[in-house]
Amino acid sequence: MISWFKYKNYPIFWNNYSKKFKQKQPKSIEDTRFVVFDTETTGLDLVNDRILSIGAIGIFNNVIDVADSFEIYLKQNEFKAETVEIHGILKEGKLTKLRESEAMENFIDFIGNSVLVAHHTAFDIEMINTALKRLELPKLKNKMIDTGILYKKLEGKKDAHFNLDVLCKEFNIPKHDRHTAAGDAFITALLFLKIISKLKQERKLHYSDLFRVSGKEGLM
Amino acid sequence: MKNTISERIFDFLKNYPPFNIVTNATLLEVAQNVEIQYFEKDQVIFSQNDLPHEHFYIINQGSVRLYRFVENEKQMLDICDEGDLFGLRPLIMKENYLMGASANEETILYAIPISLFHDIILNYPKVSQFLIASFATNTREPFSEKHKGKLFANVSAIQKIEHGFSEIQSANYNKNPITCSPDTTVQTACIIMTKNVINSIIVTENEIPIGIITDKDIRTKIGTGLYKITNKVVDIMTKPVVTFPQNISVAEAQIMILKHKVSHLCITKDGTNKSELVGILTQQDLILTQGNSPSLLIKEIKNAKDAETLKHIRTKASDLTKGYLEQEIPIYFVTKVISEINTAITKKAIRMSISEIGKQPPVSFSWLALGSQGRKEQLLMTDQDNALVFENVGPAEYNAVKNYFLELAEKVTEKLNIVGFDYCPANIMASNPKWCITLEEWEQQFEAWITDPIPEKILLSIIFFDFELIYGDETLYTKMAESVFKTIEKNQIFLSFLGKVTLDNPPPLGFFKQFLVEQDGENKDSFDIKSRAIRPLVDAARILSLYHNLRVNNTISRYEKLMEVEPQNRELFESCANAFKILLQFRTSQGLRNNDNGKFVDINNLNKADRLKLKSCFKPIKNVQEAIKMRFKTSQIAQI
Repeated sequence: MISWFKYKNYPIFWNNYSKKFKQKQPKSIEDTRFVVFDTETTGLDLVNDRILSIGAIGIFNNVIDVADSFEIYLKQNEFKAETVEIHGILKEGKLTKLRESEAMENFIDFIGNSVLVAHHTAFDIEMINTALKRLELPKLKNKMIDTGILYKKLEGKKDAHFNLDVLCKEFNIPKHDRHTAAGDAFITALLFLKIISKLKQERKLHYSDLFRVSGKEGLM
Repeated sequence: MKNTISERIFDFLKNYPPFNIVTNATLLEVAQNVEIQYFEKDQVIFSQNDLPHEHFYIINQGSVRLYRFVENEKQMLDICDEGDLFGLRPLIMKENYLMGASANEETILYAIPISLFHDIILNYPKVSQFLIASFATNTREPFSEKHKGKLFANVSAIQKIEHGFSEIQSANYNKNPITCSPDTTVQTACIIMTKNVINSIIVTENEIPIGIITDKDIRTKIGTGLYKITNKVVDIMTKPVVTFPQNISVAEAQIMILKHKVSHLCITKDGTNKSELVGILTQQDLILTQGNSPSLLIKEIKNAKDAETLKHIRTKASDLTKGYLEQEIPIYFVTKVISEINTAITKKAIRMSISEIGKQPPVSFSWLALGSQGRKEQLLMTDQDNALVFENVGPAEYNAVKNYFLELAEKVTEKLNIVGFDYCPANIMASNPKWCITLEEWEQQFEAWITDPIPEKILLSIIFFDFELIYGDETLYTKMAESVFKTIEKNQIFLSFLGKVTLDNPPPLGFFKQFLVEQDGENKDSFDIKSRAIRPLVDAARILSLYHNLRVNNTISRYEKLMEVEPQNRELFESCANAFKILLQFRTSQGLRNNDNGKFVDINNLNKADRLKLKSCFKPIKNVQEAIKMRFKTSQIAQI
């Protein structure tokens, strides 16, 4: 009864989002919509820093669909001059900016029940979850894949830990628009396709393999 | 709303044809709907006979092999690289893929929805032109034979656009014409005209032009007393007006003005005299557009007093060439105009020199142009190649006569040099005693070349076989030509030797990235367009013309004549003529850009469209060389 009561109190968009997870989820890579995303923030502190921008792009059946992309900028009171150098987002800029609540609603609508993909997911997901918490909403329900971990499933990369720049170099991905949320999401999407393709070449890749944190079973 | 990703795709696409010619708004829409696909090396993108996809592809990174199975044998057709577009034709033709495509290396493709592209093809004539040109590269492939002439479902519509488009630039006309109503008095109309400093006023009724009053009407109808200035304009106006739609080209405007013997054209919304007036185009507008018109330049040449003036006029002719090429005026027309100007300059230089000597020539003579000027294909300043033939004279007079002509030739070549035609490094000039000889001596010389063909001599003599009369006695020239053809007819083996020399310059296979893919597998980054592409076509046209006794020198005209005498090879010769036009245009614009003779092309600086354009010319060259090899049995020559 309590959970029913809680369910009632969430805004409509959240209820719609929750409902999507009640449906049967696809069980193959080809049938799954992946949403690769990235955030730009005022810093790395989960409590005090804020999200400035979210970029995301959909992948379906091994195709990155530009028409299925997402890019928003957020209005935040928190502002740190020292990180502007990295993300280039000014407090008062020409960009159209949304309130955090609108931004979260748009983002939740966009991702639906897709599998979320990011490079070093943990931080980005936590930033989103913290923002949701400020809006008195629960955490994200989506399955998640970290391209940093996915990379380690490749032969001989078990102990490797690399940032996006290094992987871009290894996978020959041009680093355009690096450190913009949308640009990094796009780069990560290309990286994701390339890693998946390499994994498929090395072995029979099952859908469930993508979510295993340790690649041991598949590799040994 | 900002969209970083599609902006990135936009930035990529805008570097490559045909996307570089669509507007930013259109391209952004394309960029927003691109799908990005990744392929591992050797992964198949589509197979031969597959149903067409909903997208066609442009290579973002990597390269793609196109291949085809013919009787179970895999034939490589092409390797496409960054910026290349493929898999489009089946989508337009609504047919299955004619060839397979697979990744030649790790490859990222941008897939563009055909539904978006249909509108672009229809709205951008330049895009359809580009596509026709790139598809045409394949038209001589046996498998595409049946698709010839119907590359597009709506090919006729496209051809129409293309035609109107290549014809010439659009004419500039006055978009704010001064008008008056029919019941205006002549006096009021004249006051308006005077105030606006115009020589005409259009009479309109509900914005529809019903007549025009020009200075001429005032002169012939008022000045003569036929009408009074108190009459209404409707009484004296010239009607109906000659009308034309808005997209009028200079050529069309000229034709209309000549045809209707009018000085003004009314531009109306739908082109008829029943629709709204949108502008007026006067003869003066046309003259202004043309600035350096050829006829004006020829007139200036005639009035020139010295070589320096001629030089100045030739510079203007270069600007004219540049303008013509920018306006995409057919190259055939451009070469004609420039040749006429060059001929006029040479004639003037000869006349000046004769009057400098102060003595008329002792006997009749002809001044001959050789090589590219002889073929009327000279667009840029190139070396001068010329010769002189004079009437047969007795041994007693010979030296005196020859000395006169040598002195004349010396003066003429000096003037041409000042104009900008460099002296011929091989000294093939009329000022050389060897090439300033009597008709009889010429006949002997040609006979020696034809009956005793040694490769080195042939190379030297080829240039003489394209001789053209520039100035002087026509009978001398005709006699010389007749004797050449007669001698060749008796010595057909000469053509085999000539054919062999012709084949020494095979065309490259194509391009891959910034490299030329050569027949022998060697890669080069600078391309001798003159010897590797233009000369083979010129040589092939010459030998076939000599074989058929065709008395034309111009390469395009030669191929056109060949199409008539060998209808079975019509298609081959047509493709050669087209390739030649493209190459000549290419060389000329390169030369104008770099301010040189355009002989060498820096492959690294070629854009994709240029590379495709060049590549499309290599196939006809190879085909015509094959034909020559067969016909003149050149392979036997090596054993002799």
